[in-house]
Amino acid sequence: MTDIVFTGARLLDPATGLDAPGDLLVRNGLILDHGPNLSRPEGAEIVAAEGACLAPGLVDLRAAIGEPGAEHRETIASAAAAAVAGGITTLCALPDTEPALDDPALVQFVLRRGEATGSITLLPYAAATKHCEGKEIAEYGLLLEAGAVGFTDGRRAIGHARTMRLALSYARAFGRMVVQHPEEPGLAAGGAATEGELATRLGLPGIPAAAEAMLVQRDISLARLTGGHVHFAHVSTGAALDLIRAAKAEGLAVTCDTAPPYFDLNETAIGDYRTYAKLSPPLRPEADRLAVVAALQDGTIDAIASDHQPRDADDKRLPFAQAEAGGAGLATLLGVTLARVHGGDLPLLQALGLLTARPAALLGLPIGRLAKGATADLVLFELDRGWQVKAGSLPGKAQNSPFDGRALEGRVIGTWKSGRRVFAI
Amino acid sequence: MSFSFPILPDGHLLAIEGLEPPHIGALLDLAESYALLNRQGKTQRDLLKGRTLINLFFEDSTRTRTSFELAGKRLGADVINMSVSNSSVNKGETLIDTATTLNAMHCDLLVVRHAQSGAPALLSQKVSASVINAGDGTHEHPTQALLDALTIRRRKGRLEGLVVAICGDVLHSRVARSNIHLLTAMNARVRVIGPPTLIPAEAARLGVEVFHDMKAGLAGADVVMMLRLQRERMTGGLVPSSREFFRFFGLDREKLGWAKPDAIVMHPGPMNRGIEIDSAIADDPECSVIGEQVEMGVACRMAVLDVLARDLRRNV
Repeated sequence: MTDIVFTGARLLDPATGLDAPGDLLVRNGLILDHGPNLSRPEGAEIVAAEGACLAPGLVDLRAAIGEPGAEHRETIASAAAAAVAGGITTLCALPDTEPALDDPALVQFVLRRGEATGSITLLPYAAATKHCEGKEIAEYGLLLEAGAVGFTDGRRAIGHARTMRLALSYARAFGRMVVQHPEEPGLAAGGAATEGELATRLGLPGIPAAAEAMLVQRDISLARLTGGHVHFAHVSTGAALDLIRAAKAEGLAVTCDTAPPYFDLNETAIGDYRTYAKLSPPLRPEADRLAVVAALQDGTIDAIASDHQPRDADDKRLPFAQAEAGGAGLATLLGVTLARVHGGDLPLLQALGLLTARPAALLGLPIGRLAKGATADLVLFELDRGWQVKAGSLPGKAQNSPFDGRALEGRVIGTWKSGRRVFAI
Repeated sequence: MSFSFPILPDGHLLAIEGLEPPHIGALLDLAESYALLNRQGKTQRDLLKGRTLINLFFEDSTRTRTSFELAGKRLGADVINMSVSNSSVNKGETLIDTATTLNAMHCDLLVVRHAQSGAPALLSQKVSASVINAGDGTHEHPTQALLDALTIRRRKGRLEGLVVAICGDVLHSRVARSNIHLLTAMNARVRVIGPPTLIPAEAARLGVEVFHDMKAGLAGADVVMMLRLQRERMTGGLVPSSREFFRFFGLDREKLGWAKPDAIVMHPGPMNRGIEIDSAIADDPECSVIGEQVEMGVACRMAVLDVLARDLRRNV
């Protein structure tokens, strides 16, 4: 394998706070060295970064993929294509597929399909409960041996308190987190938008925002009871974030992520019944969006995940309440996060940390860093390069971006997986 | 009657929300003139001559469909009724498929009723016809609000400053939403009255006063508008029983006595007698204007078709 030297890059490593111009040398798929004016080994491939940002490849904590069972929406190969175009080199796949990933053989299948892409590390979650039905806990030990990265029922909340208690208790023995879709299912049933003035005007059945805080509150109590690690996905309300902030201060094993729609959009995006903006949880009022930004700033939120949910036209070209919830998010993860940097809400390194070192720490994996000796998973992006999100011409199969039409600054121009270039603009 | 400005600028009537008071006033004036013509037995069969109006009803309705049919025929349109039963929807034909079919038929005016909020708006993006919302889910029923406003205006001489109480299942009512938008735009004082489980979230943000007690809510009311208790949509026991509902929110002689002595009583129909309204009130010509509402319905729909047809001519 030829050596690669990135020259004249702005090196960014959130794990160490590095933000300096310099070169980076890759040998045998590993980061050999980085710093100012590195010597260039003979025969090395030179990548002239010309001031572009070179950072660890992004670690996406949460993405649904249609494979197995809904390959018409997205396959592992098409998701990988979208991921690398977004600078993502490690992708955690949700298990609420068809069939659900509740069997070691299925976990191994997804792992193998991920390896076959050659472009990303695909880490499957295993089902927290059998068939993701929320009743009986799955075979955590065997699923971990097969390569599962954690446990969750994906888009389905584990609604039963006793089941969640057992899941947290049992997973604790293996030191893994249980990821919850925090929405009280009984209260949210049948809803299509956040309950409030807008849903009333549009005549849409509402989901009270309190449905999120209710389940967060319950699961924090269960984390206290069991000592287990609960991780709340795509947290979207100020009330839930206040509870999580307090639980962290108490020292409980409670963590959370959010997804770009919840800090970039508010509920008005569904005006005129725009089904691409129908998400689960639903978009919230502006006050909640601001609370999410504040929780990104103060560190309450541990990671930003794409929460990629591929849907096709037949899922979305329906009256709003009948349309499927979910938005494509892989290709826009970095760009929408950088909008908060350009908007002055987050320093660049802190924003990147939420996409690299911090989610890696949640997974307990030595990735998402520019450390010498680490795997050369890298993203090269131009911080100020403008582009427009256009549904229909996004990489991958899924085109259901809630950011359709959004102008963004910050574009990935190259992605490397273990030192091999897997994306070039 | 001619207007110096487009009354329905986007070429459809999908909602009352967003219409400006002069537009609403102009529609009501035009409808008033049609009401007069209808009473005189005169028709204007040349206005929509050669135009095709399709009544596309995904939900059962007799009176609204008939009213649009009559309105279309009185203006000379070729009227086709299409009832799309739930069974054929369940066979997999989507709204978009239906739109494609209708486009191929070159229909000019499309009247749509659908159980889903926003369905007519979705159709309007996919068809070349002018779309008229004849009731979508729990969103809006714009022609009902127009006919209610015309009825009130004829009885009370104005809309501005009147106290209008809308009572009952406001949560599931597209009639209530359209009436709230129209009446508040015309500076009436609108109240909604019902149990908290049947009042939509943040209803006050629509510019209405919210009451959970009929006595307080009806005090000083010029108009008492009863809503159908949408039992077929009621999931999860939002009220414990119909007898409890009638006891506290059904309109009878005693409760009507709390409103102004000359208050009029309205109902969009079909009525659940003995649940939201007592027959003695519904059938009392002294206070009930329910029959006149139906009459004004035809006139208002003629006005809407007329206005949209003017735009069609403009586009030819």
